[in-house]
Amino acid sequence: MLRAFRCDLHIHTCLSPCADLDMYPRTLIEKSITKKLDMIAVCDHNASENVEYVLTLAKGRPITVLPGMEVSSLEEVHALALFDDLRDLIKLQTIVYEHLPGKNREDIFGPQVIVNERDEVEGMNERLLIGATDVPLRDLINEIHALGGLAIASHIDRPSYSILSQLGFIDPETPFDALEISAATGMKQARRQYPELSAYAFIKSSDAHFIRDIGRGFSTMILQAANIHELKLAFEKRDGRYIEEDD
Amino acid sequence: MNLEKIVRELGLKVFSGFDKLETEVLDGYTGDLLSDVMANSKEGDVWMTRQIHQNIIAVASLKDHAGIILVQGAEPAKDTLEKALRENIPVMGTDLSGFEAAGRIYNILKEKKDATVPPP
Repeated sequence: MLRAFRCDLHIHTCLSPCADLDMYPRTLIEKSITKKLDMIAVCDHNASENVEYVLTLAKGRPITVLPGMEVSSLEEVHALALFDDLRDLIKLQTIVYEHLPGKNREDIFGPQVIVNERDEVEGMNERLLIGATDVPLRDLINEIHALGGLAIASHIDRPSYSILSQLGFIDPETPFDALEISAATGMKQARRQYPELSAYAFIKSSDAHFIRDIGRGFSTMILQAANIHELKLAFEKRDGRYIEEDD
Repeated sequence: MNLEKIVRELGLKVFSGFDKLETEVLDGYTGDLLSDVMANSKEGDVWMTRQIHQNIIAVASLKDHAGIILVQGAEPAKDTLEKALRENIPVMGTDLSGFEAAGRIYNILKEKKDATVPPP
């Protein structure tokens, strides 16, 4: 049966150097449930070590967590990769780490903390997660698709690290599954602002780096279940699935 | 001042637009954010960038740039080169940094301008 799902598909954890330390798996899950979100995706910058703990905490709770990552391409375009299965995300992670140079400087960029489901610090990620991979955007999208994931352009309305800021425009052949709009812009405004992108599905998400921001941006989607296949149908407006755009 | 003189003086590699090196260079622009380049560069600019995505060809074409110089040893991505050859847009390359390339080209263009200003 089709029903409405509240989806915030772009949430960071304390693994991202720019995210708040309070964004550890338990607080993230509790806040997402309080905000009545039905589906979320955990997307840290170029990394994913906290995803498994969020997945563990979501078991038996009224919420679906998609394993995800916000990858920075060679062009410094941020793109979300979403999967059903953690193992596919880990495969992408291997590729990303092979192409991500540098070491983090905590004093400059912030700590990159791995926190487990019992709120214990497992360790720190030492890589330069704030940096960019040397994977060209098109290759990155192809890798995500080859692993069965969805590729979504991050915050296209933002003046930094978005495909529009970095590459000026979106070639209609760029095989993104959807484009993400910030909460501040909203869907209706985005459709007015980007008539040339009418062929793409838009989703709105929070890109939360702080607990208070979880669910501040979300998309209501009409789906049968919370998974990648259903999302793809909604992005393509098929079989009765769609994304509401009235806000 | 045409592209050919700049190619010669800086020892640039030429990837495409081989028959367009006579194109007059009026000014220059540097930038890797294509949104910025689209907004602020001008017709006749030679554009120095480290961005190699194929959208650079569309931007140079849209803005009527004299040509594109890829700096810091960058080479055009495969689809970028194909597009540049198809659309006959001059794409050149140098091992110089963006700073060094822009500085040298600025001096060449400035000499030329100074030489054309009639003495008071």
